[in-house]
Amino acid sequence: MRRGASTLTVIALGTIARGISAGASADDPVMDMNDAGNFGQIVVDQWELRDDGAARSGVWEGEGWYGGDYDKLVVRSEGAWPSGAAAQERVELLWDRIATRWWSVQAGARYDAGGGPGKGWAAVGMRGLAPYWIDTEATLYLGSAGSVAARLKAQTDLRITQRLILQPELELNAYSRADRARQQGAGLPDIDAGLRLRYEIRRELAPYLGLAWTHRAGEAGGDDAGEGHGVGLGEADQLQWLIGVRFWF
Amino acid sequence: MGRLRLDRRRFVQGVAGGTLLLGAGRLLGAGRASGADRPVGGEMAAAPQVLSGTVFDLSIDELPVNYTGVARLSTAVNGQLPAPLLRWREGDVVTLRVTNRLKVHSSIHWHGMILPADMDGVPGLSFPGIAPGATYVYRFAVNQHGTYWYHSHSRFQEQTGLYGPIVIEPRGGERHRCDRDYTVLLSDWSDANPEHIYATLKRQSDYFNHHQRTLGDFEADVARHGLAAASASWGMWARMRMDPTDLLDVSGATYTYLLNGATPDSNWTGLFSRGERIRLRFINGSSMSYFDVRIPGLAMRVIAADGQDVEPVSVDEFRIGAAEVYDVMVQPADDRAYTIFAQAMDRSGFARGTLAPQRGMQAQVPPIEPAPRLTMADLAMANPGMAMSAGAANDGMADMADMPGMSALPAMPGTGAAAAPPVRHRAAARGAGVDMLADDPRVGLDDPGVGLRGNGRRVLAYGDLRTLGGALDARAPQREIELHLTGHMQRYLWSFDGRKFSDSEPLRWRYGERLRIVLVNDSMMTHPIHLHGMWSEVEDANGEFQLRKHTVTVQPGQRLTYRVTADAPGRWAYHCHLLYHMEAGMFREVIVAAGPPAVEP
Repeated sequence: MRRGASTLTVIALGTIARGISAGASADDPVMDMNDAGNFGQIVVDQWELRDDGAARSGVWEGEGWYGGDYDKLVVRSEGAWPSGAAAQERVELLWDRIATRWWSVQAGARYDAGGGPGKGWAAVGMRGLAPYWIDTEATLYLGSAGSVAARLKAQTDLRITQRLILQPELELNAYSRADRARQQGAGLPDIDAGLRLRYEIRRELAPYLGLAWTHRAGEAGGDDAGEGHGVGLGEADQLQWLIGVRFWF
Repeated sequence: MGRLRLDRRRFVQGVAGGTLLLGAGRLLGAGRASGADRPVGGEMAAAPQVLSGTVFDLSIDELPVNYTGVARLSTAVNGQLPAPLLRWREGDVVTLRVTNRLKVHSSIHWHGMILPADMDGVPGLSFPGIAPGATYVYRFAVNQHGTYWYHSHSRFQEQTGLYGPIVIEPRGGERHRCDRDYTVLLSDWSDANPEHIYATLKRQSDYFNHHQRTLGDFEADVARHGLAAASASWGMWARMRMDPTDLLDVSGATYTYLLNGATPDSNWTGLFSRGERIRLRFINGSSMSYFDVRIPGLAMRVIAADGQDVEPVSVDEFRIGAAEVYDVMVQPADDRAYTIFAQAMDRSGFARGTLAPQRGMQAQVPPIEPAPRLTMADLAMANPGMAMSAGAANDGMADMADMPGMSALPAMPGTGAAAAPPVRHRAAARGAGVDMLADDPRVGLDDPGVGLRGNGRRVLAYGDLRTLGGALDARAPQREIELHLTGHMQRYLWSFDGRKFSDSEPLRWRYGERLRIVLVNDSMMTHPIHLHGMWSEVEDANGEFQLRKHTVTVQPGQRLTYRVTADAPGRWAYHCHLLYHMEAGMFREVIVAAGPPAVEP
């Protein structure tokens, strides 16, 4: 099942990549102007190795988009390897529509893989730039049998020099219902906080060093309560060093 | 791009010599070619090909060039970049047979010429464009004189080299006697494919800005203004999600700036003998650049703007926007070299040439100045804090006068004296495609613009320019049309009134009517606005005629008005002359036709 999300991600990104190479050309031979063209981009924001002294793991997070000024198709994905017990691996396919000066609305689907049986969600949310240049994603997910999940992600770039950039990041994930098979607790949110210092060799290529702190709330509901094992359902904190590279094209 | 490993100086200033690899283009007959020797390499620019007469054959083709050490293909005319200088005479009828040898459609627009709509050269409006292999015959009467230029109006061909100067001799002889007469055409060259530059801006609009504010700048502001003031200023910009260093979208990070097709290191040189009167016809043929031009050691007497004679005014420096034209006279008293220095407005690079008694001489090249920042006053918002209450905002504005980047605003027009009438934002301009609105725009023509205020030099402002002979049409405007220059920097959207070209209806003007166009620049960028086919007669703050132009610079947060007589029937282009803004949709069609009084859409 882990393979599922990865494969989906690759297919979706491949579609976007084809769109990028095909788009962005003037296809109106008469006007020779095209202000309604489509563009695309694939941004791998995090592609990193993490180490907490005991174990090592890899993490990726990124998105691709293709579309015009107002409407875009967005693929978001994140995951880890090798599969940790609580690997949160998912891919989302969203339609993104600019709604206001700084915000767009998004709607689509999410599929979870990794660490348990796959799971589908309907997704609706918003994406935008909050005051102080905070890049923000807020998404609500509806799963089967009335389960609900929410995700909030915020990050910003602090420029130390023109090329050296500090990026704080905060991500919260909360679930209305525990999922024992996926070792997912319910109630209080899981917290992923990161601090990455990247050096832009060029805009498109920036290696980085950083720290990640993860907190699994672990407050499981129903009969899953108290059955934590490994990094499962018990409350757990983890602090990791990380090294990685951010790239886009 | 991908030039990062290349030595910075070499990239920005280009490779001396060997600017053009000739041989691809072919010189075609008709016009009398007087370009002395067939130029080679860096000498090329020193002796531009001049074509004069009444019949011209121009051939558009690819031309291999190498400005940075990397071989690239440019778009050239008769194997020349810039395209040959065309010399016409006022009163002649000229015929230009333009053959397109590219694999794609092409076109030539005669910038600033008053001519019939089907001769204007805008594909889709004037004509269908020139198909590969086809020839289009332009033929029109030349009823004006002065300095103009021509360029492609097809997609990004202007960026890749299709631009050249036009000089029209007045029927009654030149008003200003001169011993030397040079065209000085400034442009911006990139090794990157312009389609890629455009796509890059859509992906990350600040990609080319390497002058953004950093931690060090914050420390400097704290040291100068104190923590509270610096934090308030930085906080305000951050709340607005605006960047005060956003002056030019495409910068020296990818551009090598050219003067008459020569890189700074190739150093185009114009010769003179001491005491001679030299006329320099400055043309900004760039795609995306504003230049601040000076010749250290020489005062420049501005005698014409956009081909129109003005009351001479002596300055040390002037800002020239894309497509603008200024003729200046200089008279070097000494037997030495002088540097023509044209810094990009964002200080990311410069074009350079030399005036010298002998070839090979050169003068010191001034250091490039620190990058300026936009100020809160540039934005001209009634409510800069957005989230603040009106009262708090006003207080904030007053405080801001002492803030970093807010000081040194001598005589900032519009903040007191002549208050502008209330602005009217269209519904679309309040939409998602617009990141800010100028509710309290500045008026007046006395501000030379960001980065030029109080620099110790005499800097030209529109208010210093007065076109000789007054307005062409003495009638008062019968109708007023207000258009806002709008955009969204972060999303890289550009438009008029919040609507890009493909979402807009044409502006319909009644044949013969006299209009007042009110432009309000809601954006943070400086835009050169070009109306085809008709003159733009700029008014001063009191609504009196000031200056006739074909391309009018509107500064951030500025309200500027001009009169237009709709005396040219047909379909015309009306757009921002920053090429990527135009392609992004900052473009309107104007239809001039007889009929009942037009109703604004």
